[in-house]
Parts: sequence; structure tokens; C-alpha cells
Amino acid sequence: MANTIITSILSMGGLGLAMGAGLVLASKKFAVETDPRVDSVLEALPGANCGACGYPGCGGLARAIVDGKAPVNACLVGGEAVAKKVAKIMGVSDVGAAGDRKVARVLCQGGKEEAKFKAEYTGVKSCRAASMVNSGPKACPFACIGFGDCEKVCPVGAITMGEKGLPVIDEEKCTGCGLCVKECPKMVISLSPEKNEVHVRCRATMKGKDTRDACKVGCIACKQCEKVCPFDAIHVVNNVAVIDYEKCRNCMKCVEKCPTKAITSAFAKRKKAVINDTCIGCTICAKNCPVNAISGEVKKKHEVNAELCIGCSICAEKCPKGAIAMVRSEGDIKTSSCNACAEV
Amino acid sequence: MLKDLAFLVVGTVLVNNFVFARFLGQCPFLGVSSKLETSIGMGMATTFVLTMTAVAAYFIQYYILEPFGLSAFLQIVSFILVIASLVQLVEMIVLKISPTMYNAFGIYLPLITTNCIVLAVALLIPQKGYNFIESIVFGLSAGLGFTLALILMAGIREDLEFADVPEALRGPAIVFLTAGLLAMIFLGFTGLVPL
Repeated sequence: MANTIITSILSMGGLGLAMGAGLVLASKKFAVETDPRVDSVLEALPGANCGACGYPGCGGLARAIVDGKAPVNACLVGGEAVAKKVAKIMGVSDVGAAGDRKVARVLCQGGKEEAKFKAEYTGVKSCRAASMVNSGPKACPFACIGFGDCEKVCPVGAITMGEKGLPVIDEEKCTGCGLCVKECPKMVISLSPEKNEVHVRCRATMKGKDTRDACKVGCIACKQCEKVCPFDAIHVVNNVAVIDYEKCRNCMKCVEKCPTKAITSAFAKRKKAVINDTCIGCTICAKNCPVNAISGEVKKKHEVNAELCIGCSICAEKCPKGAIAMVRSEGDIKTSSCNACAEV
Repeated sequence: MLKDLAFLVVGTVLVNNFVFARFLGQCPFLGVSSKLETSIGMGMATTFVLTMTAVAAYFIQYYILEPFGLSAFLQIVSFILVIASLVQLVEMIVLKISPTMYNAFGIYLPLITTNCIVLAVALLIPQKGYNFIESIVFGLSAGLGFTLALILMAGIREDLEFADVPEALRGPAIVFLTAGLLAMIFLGFTGLVPL
């Protein structure tokens, strides 16, 4: 009996050892060299596997980044912080434009008050269902239906239905995954770069009069925005104004001009140029200002007329001395234009 | 001698096909048979494991288990040990040769370990009293039979994609029906070779 136990243990142990040794040898011989950077990039990514980057999960993106097929800032969710980490792993100093983060915006303002209803809808409380019945209950066929399909689909709870019956998006929470964009049957939600603050919140391509009849805040294609834009960034295409987000500099002139308030922006966020003492009076800023808000004599410190300044920041880019700072409010001046070190 | 081996091959591949006559290895048979390319790869991997297992089973049975009188209770344990190690080896080789194939197999590659054909081959070798050459041929033809079943099924399933299947039968239902019909067809090989 004892003999059987001993032989069993020895034979199985020996077999196990032999197999283990064989596997060790094989793992050396057939070792697959994986780029160690793939693992470290994967670690830096958020790991939510949301697919917003267009690759299958974070693992797919990590491989694409290491292969050079995707930029280091391809992760929309992680934003700048992750892009910096990935750039460090990849040995790239240029992170790319930090403003690449995109957020969802609702391009319709036709709430319960503003938009006219052509019928009362009493069916299933879903935008998709309602949109199939004669293009929805609102007179404008492009209008947000307001049953909140987008709110339900948002994985991070960034969308809430506001009092006007329109979705309100928390841009801080939004990860730019684009699920709401796909879900909306009216396609009134679109992704746009976070840095862009001016938006035409209307997609109605009917003639101006028809839009006006259907909704108080629709774009009537009057082209006033087109004329007032100093940067050629807004154009009326197919009876609705469209902003070229590449060209738009958030000057908000079109917002001021728009008669129906179809174009919106947060005026509180409008920046103002401030010139500090390092100005050498080269007049370059004054020449480049599209609204002539800067004045001053040659070789003397220039002044910005805050009334006229539209915050386009062209002067700040042109200034050879870096003497112009773009600030949002009085409180920002202290932090953004400290020149203590430059004077030493 | 050669005639016996030929009978063994035909008998294992067609008459007593492991999938259609013995109904073993159904899990990978249904799991990896949706594409022809992956099914061929799976067939090859399983054939490799089966042949190696047959060799290992022969040696373990006649050089370790029987001399020490352990075959009564250590047979399954030792065979499983060998099979698991061989599957690990195959996994490494497949990952080295074709990472795409590795991803396509997914969970079914490590699951070769639990493919009952492999254990059945190992257990049948001592039971049928095959010699060394016969063991190798038996393992190889078991793998070929499995590969044949996978390829047949994958070919049919690729065409099924375009067929107008009644709604209630779509998905796994029609696949099970097809597998049943194939098994009935293989019944026709009964009596082809004297066993």
C-alpha cells in the first residue's frame, strides 16, 4: 500500500516536472516579443473601453499609438492629462492641440415656449417613436422632440432634460463618446471642439419665413452673421448658418448680431486683451486688430479699448514681446500676466 | 499491417467520427465553425494536440502506469496533466505563428484542454490495445475527423448566412439541426470497414 502511494507520487511528480521543464523551454523558444510600451500606454489610458477613439477598446488604441497609427492625444475621454502621460511614454514632446477634446452640444433651442407644436403626441414617450409619426409633434421637422432618449443613453449622466423640454449637457462630465449623437433621431446633437464657444443652435434648412413661423429661435438665413464675422468663419449653407470651427475665434460678434438669437455663446467667457509694461510700442497689434480696439503711439505702451475688444486673441499671437494676455475677467489678470521673472 | 492501418484511418475519420458518431467535442465544433478559415486553424491545432497526446498516452500507459500498477486510478489524472501541458504548448506556438489566429480562437484555444476528444483518444489507446504506430495513426485520424467535421460545418454555416432561415430557427437552432443532419449522413458509413 505504502509502496503504491510512493510510486504514484514519484511518477506523477516526475511527469509534472518533465512537462513543466518542457513548457519552460518552449516559452523561451516561442517567446513573442511584445513592445513594452504597449503595456505602459495601456496603463496610462483610462481603461473605460468606450471606443470613442474609434479603436476596439483601450488595448486597440494602445497598440495603434505604439505603431504610430494614432496620435498620442487620440483618447478623447482622458483629455490632456492622459495625452501628456502617453506622450512621455512615447517620447514625443508635442502633445498636440490640447483643445482637441470634443463635447456634445445640442443644436436646437426650440423648447416648449419657443417652438410651435403642430399636434399633440400621446404615444410612447420616446424620441425615436415620436419622430416616426409625421416627423414629430413640433412644427419644425428638425426640432428636438424632448423625450430624452439622449439622457437615457448617456453613460456618464452628463445629459439632463431641462425645464424647456430640451436636453442640457454638462460639458465637464461629457466624455465625447458620441452615443447621444447616434441615438438622437433628429440629429440635433453634435460633437464639437470644447474650445469653441459659439454655436448656431439650429439645423432647420427650411426657407427663412417657414423657420420663423415654426420657431422663435430658428436660423432664418438672414446672413447678417456672415457679414459681421471678421474671420470668414460663418456661412449660410442650405438656409442655415454653419460655423467653421477651425476658423472661429470665439469673438462672438455674430452672437451679438443674430436677430433671432439662434447663435449662442457664453458672453461671460468672452476674453479681453490686456497689454502689460513689456510693450515696446511696435504697433503690430494695432495694425492686426480686426476691430481697431488697440490704440497708442509708436514706441509707447499701447492701450486696449475694452469696449471694442472682441477677444479674438489675434493681437496676443502677433505681439513679438508676448506682452498681451487674454483674460476672462478682472480676477484673471493677476495669474495670467505676471512678468516678475522677465524683469529680473 | 498497412491494410489494418488504412482501416483504422477510415474507421476513425468516417465511420466512428468523433463528432458525428461518438458525439464528442461538440463545444468547439459549434463554437469555432462559423468561419472556414478559423475552423481549419482550429482543426490543425486540435490535430496537433491529439497526435502528441496519443504518443504521450502510449508512453505513459506502457512505461509508467502499467509497470507500477497505477493505471487503475492515475490514468485520467496523468492524461489530463499531459493534455493541459500540450495545449499550453500549442497556445504558445499559435501566438508565435499567427496572432490573428490566436485572437480568432479566443477562449476555444485553451478549451482544447477540455475537448473530450482528446481525453477519449488517450483513454481509448490502452483500452483498444493499440501499439505505438497504431496509437499515432489513431490520434492523427481522430484529429483529421474532427477537422473534417469542422470544415463541413463551417462551409455549411457560411452559406447559411445568406439563406432565408425561418425566424424561429435563426441562430443556434439551425446550427444544431444541421449538425444532426450531418450526423445522420455519417451513419451511412457504417459497415464500410470491418472493425
